[in-house]
Amino acid sequence: MGLLSRRATCNTHGQDSSYFLGWQEYKKNPYNEVNNPNGIIQMGLAENQLCLDLLEPWLMKNPDALGLKRDGISIFKELALFQDYNGFPAFKRALVDFMGEIRGNKVSFDPNHVVLTAGATSANETLMFCLADQGDAFLLPTPYYPGFDRDLRWRTGVEIVPIHCTSSNGFKVTLPAIEQAYRQAQKRKLRVKGVLITNPSNPLGTTMARDELYLLINFIEDKQIHLISDEIYAGTVFTSPSFVSVMEVLKGRNLDQTQVWERVHIVYSLSKDLGLPGFRVGAIYSNDPVVVSAAIKMSSFGLVSSQTQYLLSAVLFDKKFTKEYMSENHKRLQKQQKDLVSGLEKAGIRCLDSNAGLFCWVDMRHLLKSNTFEAEMELWQKIVYHVKINISPGSSCHCIEPGWFRVCFANMLESTLKLAIQRLKSFVSSIAMKSQSHQELKSLRRKARNNWVSRLSLQSFYDREQDTTTEVSFSYRPHFMSLSNIAATLDAAA
Amino acid sequence: MGLLSRKVTCNSHGQDSSYFLGWQEYEKNPYDEVKNPKGIIQMGLAENQLCFDLLESWLAKNPDAVSFKREEQSIFKELALFQDYHGLPAFKKALVDFMAEIRGNKVSFDTDHLVLTAGATSANETLMFCLAEKGDAILLPTPYYPGFDRDLKWRTGVEIVSIQCSRSNGFQITESALEAAYQEAQRKNLRVKGVLVTNPSNPLGTTMSRNELDLLVNFVTDKEIHLISDEIYSGTVFSSPAFVSIMEVLKDRKLENTQVWERVHVVYSLSKDLGLPGFRVGAIYSNDPIVVAAATKMSSFGLVSSQTQYLLSAMLSDKKFTKEYISKNHKRLQKRQNKLVSGLEKAGISCLESNAGLFCWVDMRHLLSSNTFEAEMELWKRIVYDVKLNISPGSSCHCTEPGWFRVCFANMSEDTLKLAMQRLKSFVSSITIDNQTHQDLKNMRKKNRTKWVFRLSFQSFHDRDQGER
Repeated sequence: MGLLSRRATCNTHGQDSSYFLGWQEYKKNPYNEVNNPNGIIQMGLAENQLCLDLLEPWLMKNPDALGLKRDGISIFKELALFQDYNGFPAFKRALVDFMGEIRGNKVSFDPNHVVLTAGATSANETLMFCLADQGDAFLLPTPYYPGFDRDLRWRTGVEIVPIHCTSSNGFKVTLPAIEQAYRQAQKRKLRVKGVLITNPSNPLGTTMARDELYLLINFIEDKQIHLISDEIYAGTVFTSPSFVSVMEVLKGRNLDQTQVWERVHIVYSLSKDLGLPGFRVGAIYSNDPVVVSAAIKMSSFGLVSSQTQYLLSAVLFDKKFTKEYMSENHKRLQKQQKDLVSGLEKAGIRCLDSNAGLFCWVDMRHLLKSNTFEAEMELWQKIVYHVKINISPGSSCHCIEPGWFRVCFANMLESTLKLAIQRLKSFVSSIAMKSQSHQELKSLRRKARNNWVSRLSLQSFYDREQDTTTEVSFSYRPHFMSLSNIAATLDAAA
Repeated sequence: MGLLSRKVTCNSHGQDSSYFLGWQEYEKNPYDEVKNPKGIIQMGLAENQLCFDLLESWLAKNPDAVSFKREEQSIFKELALFQDYHGLPAFKKALVDFMAEIRGNKVSFDTDHLVLTAGATSANETLMFCLAEKGDAILLPTPYYPGFDRDLKWRTGVEIVSIQCSRSNGFQITESALEAAYQEAQRKNLRVKGVLVTNPSNPLGTTMSRNELDLLVNFVTDKEIHLISDEIYSGTVFSSPAFVSIMEVLKDRKLENTQVWERVHVVYSLSKDLGLPGFRVGAIYSNDPIVVAAATKMSSFGLVSSQTQYLLSAMLSDKKFTKEYISKNHKRLQKRQNKLVSGLEKAGISCLESNAGLFCWVDMRHLLSSNTFEAEMELWKRIVYDVKLNISPGSSCHCTEPGWFRVCFANMSEDTLKLAMQRLKSFVSSITIDNQTHQDLKNMRKKNRTKWVFRLSFQSFHDRDQGER
């Protein structure tokens, strides 16, 4: 008899994926401007560190919020005892107002439809428990956040069936793709319970177009299934087109109070917009009272600390502050994203055009040895171990086209971003040079075939090229520089 | 096709039980000394409200702990970003030291074996996910905490089979009760994965004897199953016998580094000992590295806020404070429990002798109109709606004998407790008078049968009795 559960002993937690492995490598050798300037730069973590300096002065000016006081009087006891899964009323009120504000107040939210959870991780899993049984499936557009493999599937037994999106149309969701996914699920004898989208998208960094949202609503209406919109990055939309929430679309089409209205659920969190992942603040928003009621009971398994609810109710209640904060947040995100995009351009690398998120979806297909995921892994390993940048390979996000990578930009200083870009630039040049050298050599050899006495085959040259960590010197060809010399030259020139 | 999951549309969340219904009634009409002196007094909530003054004064003296500072330097950014499911190292260290201190330092705990969770609710469910499959069973001694029906079963699909304990031996676990439960599970075609005990017990308020613990260790060794010891009340042991943790028993029997060592897991929380249920601080302690690894990943679904981890790491690191706190906590709990016990005695009600917890296990069998659970429900309703006390009926705790109730004492002021006792006394007297009147009447009728002209039947008198509210 198995002593532990299958859950404990299998690896459906998904944490053997490269997404987590890169993270581990970074932890062994983390970059630090002073202590470890040659360490790995973390560009695989979607954190928003750009505006924490705005929160600190707010905290200094509002000591009651941290000090567990209200109007100078201690409310420690009240908070210490507050474990009501209906949530701290003032906090829910402030949160729905904030959510409304992020959506330009084009929609408003009812605190009675909010369920607080310990982060979006908990919210997403809870929704699975509410909407699906073991063996049911949810359709997700690829590429998607690697954590979903664990969050949606592990303990729930729910399956994910991908809606494959491609670069041919900027990875947008199309009707044929959705229908193909639905058929695929049926072929696997899985009952489809809904579609889950992340909007703005992780890892694409783009907001969904209105017509994509219409498509999705039509589809779930037709199939009578659910739609979950994980809007965790809603507050990171830094340039046009502006964010259109699924709730806005439903309202615009006068679909409130219809059946489909009750089948659309939103997930939110303060981890990305406010940069507070440590505080574990997430929420489910649903128009189905049965779902709200069940999710509230389930939230017992992951309630938000009352101490934190109180602090954040005060922060979000300060509308002047939140307005300023969101505006500054957008500005800084936009600037940092621009720096990354232009830096990559100089290295001959393009990104998907993006207007949101804390990362770019970067096209490195031209750097692959072959159009395969093995080549993508090879490139990724080079970037992690040699270029010393942790980024997330597209395969970990279930992208069907090799060569795409998610590169985060909001979790570091401008100077670190610059350094990362430099390193990438050098790396790309060195590959270009090697390819160049390779090409030149090929031509020379073809030309001087009769003059050559050595039996250098193309294969052995290719093999030697693999030894990139050591000096590859071609003493018989003095104008070919070793890899490290090339790198040094480029560094000097940068 | 069912639109929502079966979990949602069934009611195995258990929240239709009287445990929760009484709570709801209280919320509609809560007692308040000034604003609502006739309201329902909450004695169904196991909260520890006796030592907040100690916590508050510590906070006043240590403002850095709440203001995100360490040695006057701001660590706000560090905490805001800290979501490592391995937990804040300083907090884990302080927590294992506190756990050891509660156990008189007779055992020590390793931070590498500790998994932090959002409360014991999360810890218990997570352990079920790690140790059992849907359709497996866990054996629990009755009576047990009503919340387990939801926490252990709802989303996990695990079943609970009762180990029936009775008053005859003070509700202690016996070998035959364990065997009977195991066989019952087998009869139902359920694979037993382990035993879960709460020690000190909720709702009994007693610590497990060494004998019981030995019995359990032998049983799980023999059956090669797990033992979970929910020790959430370990810091509330206010009088002898002293608390003996399962870890202490394993150590004394030199069972560390044996197979059974890896099958024993402890659950803890700061909700009862420190009275901080709102902060959501729980923990799993396991000697099985696979369980620790899996539970750590699962804790992603219920991490403790870094803000809270930091506050409590500071508080629990103050060993002078924790020593004083534990000592005062015990004294106050003991005093309050004594008041409840003696107050009940004056009303002619006895309790199971207890040395821990935030409640007493109260014997009201003599107040039942019959030895049935229907009569227990009837009595409970009268106590909630007429006496206006919310207490928990034994049936909600799966007790096999009607007439027992869990009555909490640590979540109110002394005055409120006094008032509750008065109300109960009046109620009991009125029942006694009713019964007495009933008896007198019966005798008179028997005597004066020929003199009586109207046709009062026994039944209609009994009916009228019911109508006297």
